[in-house]
Amino acid sequence: MKELKVTPIKNGTVIDHITVGMALQVVRILGIAERGASSTVSVLMHVPSAAQSWKDVVKIEDRELEPNEVDRISLIAPKATINIIRNFNVEAKHRVALPDEVVGILRCENLNCISNSNEPIESRFRVVRRDPLMVRCTFCEREVTDVLSNMK
Amino acid sequence: MMLANTTSRHASAASDVQIGGHRQPLMGAPLSRRRGLDLTLKDRNVVSINDLSDDEIRLILDTAERISELAARDEHPDLLGGWVLSTLFFEPSTRTRLSFESAMKRLGGDVIGFQEGASTSATKGETLADTIRMVSGYSDAAVLRHSREGAARMCTQFATIPIINGGDGSGQHPTQTLLDLYTIRRYCGKIEGVKVALVGDLKYGRTVHSLAYALARFGARITLVAPRSLEMPSEIIRALAERGVAPRIEVSLEAVIPDADVLYMTRIQKERFPDAEEYAKVAGSYRLTVPALKAAKSGAIVLHPLPRVDEIDTAVDGTPHAKYFEQAQHGVHVRMALLALVLRGEEVLKELHGGRPT
Repeated sequence: MKELKVTPIKNGTVIDHITVGMALQVVRILGIAERGASSTVSVLMHVPSAAQSWKDVVKIEDRELEPNEVDRISLIAPKATINIIRNFNVEAKHRVALPDEVVGILRCENLNCISNSNEPIESRFRVVRRDPLMVRCTFCEREVTDVLSNMK
Repeated sequence: MMLANTTSRHASAASDVQIGGHRQPLMGAPLSRRRGLDLTLKDRNVVSINDLSDDEIRLILDTAERISELAARDEHPDLLGGWVLSTLFFEPSTRTRLSFESAMKRLGGDVIGFQEGASTSATKGETLADTIRMVSGYSDAAVLRHSREGAARMCTQFATIPIINGGDGSGQHPTQTLLDLYTIRRYCGKIEGVKVALVGDLKYGRTVHSLAYALARFGARITLVAPRSLEMPSEIIRALAERGVAPRIEVSLEAVIPDADVLYMTRIQKERFPDAEEYAKVAGSYRLTVPALKAAKSGAIVLHPLPRVDEIDTAVDGTPHAKYFEQAQHGVHVRMALLALVLRGEEVLKELHGGRPT
């Protein structure tokens, strides 16, 4: 990581191989923009990458991601890798995996869908196409292509 | 006449039926076994027509055909004596509710339910999820109509009984599709290759979207006839084309009448138009009249999911083309078949054939 001119973090998470241009969206869906962060967040955009030619990277110090947050990232950056850093070492490294069904993360854009009512259900979408991503509401069967703007 | 079962004096004459001028075998043996498949519709939720395979749809249509044949002889098999159906109509409905109730009662079963949400605990804030859990304890299956799309699918998560969608918002209405398919097959002898013109409001019409998909599955040749503002959504046209059934698109009703085997008319709703003048202009050009039908094939049929307003002139009712009231009547037989198969499974086929070896 030295060539990135950003110092390694001691503890926290490095989200690597984010689809170029999507770093700020990752920051947004992690709630950093709204809730703030108690430690340093570094955003690297348009970084050379052997695998993808260009990529974005987000480093969050002193925070490890919840599974739900990883699922959210998978929807907008399906090739991202999550590196858990402890005491400057990469403790765990895994790729995000787009699930077959996305539960509780997206809002159906059909306002008359039962999932947008007061019923005790979570939104559910089946992934019908991965690239480009298209999901279909399990309840009303409406397709959603603009995943980002329908993220809860 | 209500039969305890269909072991009747008529049973031996039941292997063939006259359909649309073609004499064809009906049900010599249960279709599930004849096709070598392990079909079962017992305890199945029917929310979308896509919940059913092609073979399952054929099984329902064939069973309805058998029930219709018995009904013609005033025989109504007592397949569902002691069973209770809930009809939960949070939105008003005439045909769907009455035909489900008629279907259940003709099979010897009973019906509980309500006709509008205003008379239920929903007005006190009860969720549909709670209502359906409660109803699961009162009945053996439920038919639901609701204003919100996806309501029936949600109910399947909470119910312990089969849920049949009687129409949700502008979404699915699978039993209407089944009875449309049944009616086309009955009068045209088949669905494959039949030229079906879907006419009118193809944008918002609840029935035409799932009918178009189902017709494509069975190889019908589809023509879409609609004013520009009410065209079939492009994603549906694309999906049909991807299934190898690229529909023909027409704006003029007159242009399709000579070639169509089936003219499937739908209601053009006034509230879809910005002003009354525009509505009158469009509605007038999609009005089917007796003079216009002079150009139709002699065997062409006119269908409509009803209610109609003025898109079919009442003078058409007296022509041999008009089959929309028969279509509604077939809805009872199709729903009888569906209820019997969902509640009791394929064992009812044996009783429908009068206990003949199957």
